[in-house]
Amino acid sequence: MAEITFSKAELERYSRHLIIPEFNIEGQRKLKAAKVLVVGTGGLGAPLIQYLSAAGVGTIGIVDFDVVDDSNLQRQVLFATADVGRPKVEVAKERIEAQNPFIQIKTYNTQLTSENALEIIKDYDVVADGTDNFPTRYLVNDACVLLDKVNVYASIFRFDGQVSVFNHLHEDGSRGPNYRDLFPSPPPPGLVPSCAEGGVIGVLPGIIGSLQANEVLKVITGIGEPLSGRMFIFDALSFETRTLNLRKDDNNPLNGKNPSQTKLIDYEMFCGIGQESEEEKKVKEITVKELKAWQTENRDFQLVDVREGYEYDIANLGGELIPLAKVAEEVNKISSDKEVVIHCRSGKRSADAIHLLEEKYGFKNLYNLKGGILAYADEIDHSLAKY
Amino acid sequence: MAKIIIPTPLRKFTDNQKDVQVKGETVIEAINDLIREYPQIGNNILNDDGSIRNFVRVFLGDEDIQALKQEATTIQEDTVISIIPAIAGGIS
Repeated sequence: MAEITFSKAELERYSRHLIIPEFNIEGQRKLKAAKVLVVGTGGLGAPLIQYLSAAGVGTIGIVDFDVVDDSNLQRQVLFATADVGRPKVEVAKERIEAQNPFIQIKTYNTQLTSENALEIIKDYDVVADGTDNFPTRYLVNDACVLLDKVNVYASIFRFDGQVSVFNHLHEDGSRGPNYRDLFPSPPPPGLVPSCAEGGVIGVLPGIIGSLQANEVLKVITGIGEPLSGRMFIFDALSFETRTLNLRKDDNNPLNGKNPSQTKLIDYEMFCGIGQESEEEKKVKEITVKELKAWQTENRDFQLVDVREGYEYDIANLGGELIPLAKVAEEVNKISSDKEVVIHCRSGKRSADAIHLLEEKYGFKNLYNLKGGILAYADEIDHSLAKY
Repeated sequence: MAKIIIPTPLRKFTDNQKDVQVKGETVIEAINDLIREYPQIGNNILNDDGSIRNFVRVFLGDEDIQALKQEATTIQEDTVISIIPAIAGGIS
C-alpha cells in the first residue's frame, strides 16, 4: 500500500490518527484506499457518513431515494431546515465535500433493489447498513453474502439499538455469521402495529451510528476486534448494554450446510408486504373527500379514531378516541345503528379494527378512512400537523 | 425463578416492565410462565406449535440457546434470559 501518499494538508488533517501507535500512517493509508457504501442517509447515515468522511475513508458511496422531510430533522443531523424537500444524497454530498475535500463521494439517488443491488455494491469493500425496513435489511445482507462483502449492521427502534459486523472475513478464510443466521425471517407485517409502534428517540441513531462507523474503521484497518460473531445491544432507557454471542445457522439458505439461494429474491414478498394491502381492501372505505362532504352536509355518522392518545394530541379530526388495543373492551361505544367512519394515521390500524369488529361483533356499518388522517391533512386541512 | 429481560418493543405487553421474574426448570418453561402472566406477548415469541419464532432470538446470559440445549436448556435462580427481536428501524 506504499503507493498511497498524502499531501501536507492531509497529513496535518489526519495527524491525530497518525500518532496512535497501532493505527499510524498504515491505518490511514488503508482508509484512503477503502471504498465504503452507506445504504440509507437517515438517522444512522448522518453520523456514519460524517465520521467516515472526517476519518478519511477514500471513497464513500451513499444510496438513498428520499428527500429531506421536516420529521427527519429531530435526529438526522446532517440536514438543516433549509434542506427540506431536497434529495438526501445531494445534501449529504454537499456537506461531506465541505467537510473533507480529499475524498471521493459517489451518490445513488435511487432505492436499492434486487435489480441494482449487486451492480452498486460490487465496487465497494465494506457496506454499512443504516436502512429502516426489513426488505432492505435482507436485501443488503444477501447481496453482501453473495458478493463476499462485509456488512456492518446497525438498527434502532424507539430506545433500543443493535450493532454487529456480518459476513466478516476471518484469517482462515471463513466468514462470520450474517443477518440470516440471526433472524431467518422477519416478523409478519402487522404483528407489531406499525405506525403506533414507530418512533425513535433522536439521540439514539447518533450513538448507534457512531458505533457503526467505528466498526467500519476497524474492519478496514484491521485494528482491534471487530464485532463479528457478536451483537451489541443498547437500551437507552435503562442504560443497559450487552454483547451477545452469535452463531452460524446450518440452515442458512445463503451459506449454511445446504445453500439453496444463489441470487437475490423479491424481498417485499419475502417480508409479506403487499399481502396486507389485500386485507385492507376487503373492508368498506371512504375517501377523505367523501368524509369532508359528510361533515359539510351534517350527516348523522360517528367518527372513531383508533390511534393512541399521544397521536391524538398531535393532530385529530375530532373523532371519538378508542385506541386499537381498547376496541374490544370499549365496543359498546361504537354505534351499530348508523354509519361509522374509523380512521388512524394511514389506514392500517383502522382496517384491523374493522376486521375485528366485523368478525367478532358482527358490525356491518363500518367504513375505513382511506389514507387516514395523513390523507386528510394532505387533501382537506393543511393546518393539521403530519407525523 | 429466573429473570427475563423484555425488549422495548414488547414492553407494552408487560405493563412496561423491563424484566419479569418467571418460574420454570427450562427456558421454554420460563417463557411459558411469562406468557401465562402476559398472554398478549405470546404471539410475538412463540409459533402456534410452541417453537420460538424466526424473528426472535433467546439468549441465556450472553449465549444463544441454540448453542446450548435450545428450549430445553435448564435455568437457575440467577439466570438472565434475554429476548432479542428483529428490529429494522424507526418507521418499521
